[in-house]
Amino acid sequence: MSPFWLSIKLAFWTTIILVPAGLLIGRALAYWQFVGKSWVEALVYLPLVLPPTVLGYYLLVSLSPNSAFGSAVASILGAPLVFSFPALVLASLIVNLPFAVQPAQQAFAAIAEDTREAAWVSGLSSLQTFIRIELPQCWLGILCAATLTFAHTLGEFGVVLMVGGNIAGETRTLSIAIYDSVQSFDMDAAGWMTAGLLLFSITALAIVRVAGINSRASR
Amino acid sequence: MPVDRQPTLKVSLQQSRPISLDANFECSNAELLALTGPSGSGKTTVLRAIAGLHRVTRGRIVCNNKLWQDGEKQLFVSPQQRRVGLVFQHYALFPHLTVLENVTTAMSHVTRNHRAGKAMEWLRLTNMEGLHKQQPHRLSGGQRQRVALARALAREPDVLLLDEPFSAVDQLTREKLYRELAQIRATLNVPMILVTHDMLEVQQLADSLCLMHHGKTMQTGPVTQVMRKPDNARIARLLGHKNLYAGLYQRQRQHGTLDILGTQLQVGNLMDASSRVDALITPSAIIMHRTDKPSNGERENPIVTRVVESVELGDELSMKLLVEATGDTIAFRVSRHVAMRNKVVIGGKLVVSILPEGIHLMPAYEHNQHTLTQQAPVAETQS
Repeated sequence: MSPFWLSIKLAFWTTIILVPAGLLIGRALAYWQFVGKSWVEALVYLPLVLPPTVLGYYLLVSLSPNSAFGSAVASILGAPLVFSFPALVLASLIVNLPFAVQPAQQAFAAIAEDTREAAWVSGLSSLQTFIRIELPQCWLGILCAATLTFAHTLGEFGVVLMVGGNIAGETRTLSIAIYDSVQSFDMDAAGWMTAGLLLFSITALAIVRVAGINSRASR
Repeated sequence: MPVDRQPTLKVSLQQSRPISLDANFECSNAELLALTGPSGSGKTTVLRAIAGLHRVTRGRIVCNNKLWQDGEKQLFVSPQQRRVGLVFQHYALFPHLTVLENVTTAMSHVTRNHRAGKAMEWLRLTNMEGLHKQQPHRLSGGQRQRVALARALAREPDVLLLDEPFSAVDQLTREKLYRELAQIRATLNVPMILVTHDMLEVQQLADSLCLMHHGKTMQTGPVTQVMRKPDNARIARLLGHKNLYAGLYQRQRQHGTLDILGTQLQVGNLMDASSRVDALITPSAIIMHRTDKPSNGERENPIVTRVVESVELGDELSMKLLVEATGDTIAFRVSRHVAMRNKVVIGGKLVVSILPEGIHLMPAYEHNQHTLTQQAPVAETQS
């Protein structure tokens, strides 16, 4: 599989898994008050400040067949997880967690508390309130989470390199391919790929901005 | 609609945290009870507890013979199961739904086919029928509150709760909404609780009044009775009364007298025994003497004062009169044209009479001079 399609595949699976998870985690962080909440938030948002290579290192060590966890996983799957596409997805899920959680958390926090209470008093159950009242008001946050997660996964380099290695067709993503091209002085190929990523990133951010402006205008 | 005297809603709530609460009151069908008190007195907490949005540790809430909460039995009925209509201070409409959808959302008890038609009836009742396709952000504050009321009514509730529903709209809209609520409530036969700190609103809309302070119900009863006859000076002050004086009441054979304002006033409402009391002079009991010619009743509890403050408030003049003999002040309002005709000026002399029936006596609470908040009484002029 070409680096482009591999990156798309990785971004697709990361987004599909992470957006619903981020939605639930973001909602919990927005509405629940519990002891140690700040620590949980710090853990969720850690990938924002932690160098990707550091995170990649820990993942590499823990997924290695030499570690207890890694060998357990390897015995279940029949092969070590490191340097495989599933390892890339796992790493990508962890790295992108804040990009999925933060927009969702902000979107849920922005819903007026009395609107949810009005739904309960109107007879809607908590699940009905979530589906009929909260989710429709959170669509911008969901769009934002999906776009950021997808775009950020496409561009992720450090963790992907550490956990996935650089195996052509298996774990060589677009950003690693750019690095490889530069290393081998193939500047034309690197230029096309970087331009493509740049264009995609700008488009993604513009979509989020325009959707946000339209949403505010209709409130 | 006549008030059904059997209380439908019985509330008795106690808690110590997060705010102290000791609230007890009842409300009958078709009765509108105003829950009032200063900010932080716990009135909204009580309303939320009735709605099931706040769980109070101890106490009972019974509505229509259904137990909604019982601290002893650890029973708590969820807001979804209570059939409560709640109008929020800031409307709390669902912003992504149309007006009609906002109302039908509260109609899960109606079969799906009949919801839209029934919702239109509620919107017609609240004068919103032509705007059913609009989204809330396109509506004015008054229109949003009408939709919120329609949604609350569409639940066909056992109790209607109104949480400061008029505080977020302008004065003109507020007066329109007062009239509309007065018309709509005539068609309702459920208990209605209105949370407000606006005493004018209470007097215009409510049948009965429950005054709260620091989470405790201080006095409950018909509005006019509580307003005119507060149980003590503290309650009188919370209700916004200004003319409160501590003095000695003396019971004579056929009448009673009260030593306040440097004189001995005749009192209309008699107490059994002589004692120290707090006295409230109700607004309508203060009568200004005409300065150009003698008035009838000039011999009725006359008090000579000096005008020390005079502020124009619309068509009225809010005045503070100093009783020089004691240093006490009397606050009251008079129509501007009456003040002009009597040449009221700051520093000028003014004689007023206090009608004996308008002096309300209360057991002594605090023996100090009170000057408090809100509007001054309106004076009448003798012809």
